[in-house]
Amino acid sequence: MKVTYYPGCSLEGTAVDYAASIAGVASQLDVELVELFDWNCCGASSAHSLNHHLALHLPARNLALAEQAGRDVVAPCALCFNRLKVAEKALLGPEGTELGIAYGGGLKIWDLLDYLTQDTFLKALPTKVVVSLMNLRPVCYYGCLVARPPAVTDKADYENPENMERLLEVLGTQPIDWSFKTDCCGAGLAVARPDIIDTLVHRLYEQALAAGAECFVVSCQMCQANLDLSQERISRKFGQDYYLPVFYFTELIALALGHPDTPKWLAQHVVDPMPLLKMKGIV
Amino acid sequence: MSLEAAANYPIRPQVALAAQLTKARLTVSTCFSCRKCSGGCPLTFAMDILPHHVIRLALLGQEEQVLGSETIWVCSACQTCTTRCPNGIDIAGVMDWLKEEAVKRGGTIPDAGVAAFHRFFLGSIRTSGGRLSETILLRRFTLYKMRRQINLQELKENLILGWKLFKRRRMRLIGPSALRGKAQIREIFRKGDF
Repeated sequence: MKVTYYPGCSLEGTAVDYAASIAGVASQLDVELVELFDWNCCGASSAHSLNHHLALHLPARNLALAEQAGRDVVAPCALCFNRLKVAEKALLGPEGTELGIAYGGGLKIWDLLDYLTQDTFLKALPTKVVVSLMNLRPVCYYGCLVARPPAVTDKADYENPENMERLLEVLGTQPIDWSFKTDCCGAGLAVARPDIIDTLVHRLYEQALAAGAECFVVSCQMCQANLDLSQERISRKFGQDYYLPVFYFTELIALALGHPDTPKWLAQHVVDPMPLLKMKGIV
Repeated sequence: MSLEAAANYPIRPQVALAAQLTKARLTVSTCFSCRKCSGGCPLTFAMDILPHHVIRLALLGQEEQVLGSETIWVCSACQTCTTRCPNGIDIAGVMDWLKEEAVKRGGTIPDAGVAAFHRFFLGSIRTSGGRLSETILLRRFTLYKMRRQINLQELKENLILGWKLFKRRRMRLIGPSALRGKAQIREIFRKGDF
């Protein structure tokens, strides 16, 4: 299968581990990711906060490029996905003519998790699993922007998505149900207002532990960075000793399917997942 | 303005703001104050007025109160309010419009750090010719923050974190190279008046 791949800026920066695991999983699942030629930043939260023009025109340029490439688009970043969808809706809606960008709208824009949890993949996965993740007790954490708002994302299960759980079950784990899977971690404010993040992320740690989880599985690199990078600071602030590794779902697919580079990607996390994986007999 | 002060504020309803919002496809007049937006908002603990106050005050044209509120800057755009509004009001979209308007009008921004972060973010895309350099953004923002108020503890923590990321190859020293379409990017920024 061949799709257009729009990695987004952080996959070239703080989320290079995510990018590497995506490339690994794509090759394991025979997906050819063709990087969108000359893609630009979608503008993220900053564009829609300060400048409506940039918030639409930056992602719209990517859509125009994707249309030339002629294939569906996959975005691994929740924010990129959301901004592409916002631009798509704007270009195809009443605002479209004002924007002055021609866009036919024949492409489907996927977030990576949705793309990789299509039935064809879920059916093919069990026969490929070589490492049992049976003992792992994760909570799935989806965050905000792949799900909300449904008028933009076109998602049916926006309050309680379950495709990550379905995927992890196929891989042999028993994900734990909890009520905070789409609660905001505040990643967009992580740099400017870390005090706010402390409250939001602390609540997620506490709720994950209360549910009996030992780790998070995420599909958004903003969530990953926020939960992973803040853990030491929040532990200190609240007088706790949190140890909750934060996996990308792609890392767990690669791990279960025996990709040899998985330990290399996991070593790039700040909260080292190895002690947990060793304790569980996974590595 | 605090909620207490707002309670004593003489309300003289004006229609201009609501009309502007309607023009921007952000109609607020359908709000019947069910407070579902505030009920589901995860950031109310850090806000001065609640999301349903923002909508009601915008509808009443209380420009000073909504444009000067901390709430619009604290909103993380998680879209819970917009998703759940029974009357289809894009509350998070209204917050965005108000932020942009507050900057345009040039008054005091209560959470200047958040606004500066967004400005540096967009500036970094423009300067590098189309893509964001996280490293440049973090460096510029840290310098900005330290110039406003030196906090050695925070600086130390940021440097340690930066070093940890660098060691793990999650922090690039060299920014992204400019795009082939850098002229298009420049044009987008020019037309957006940024």
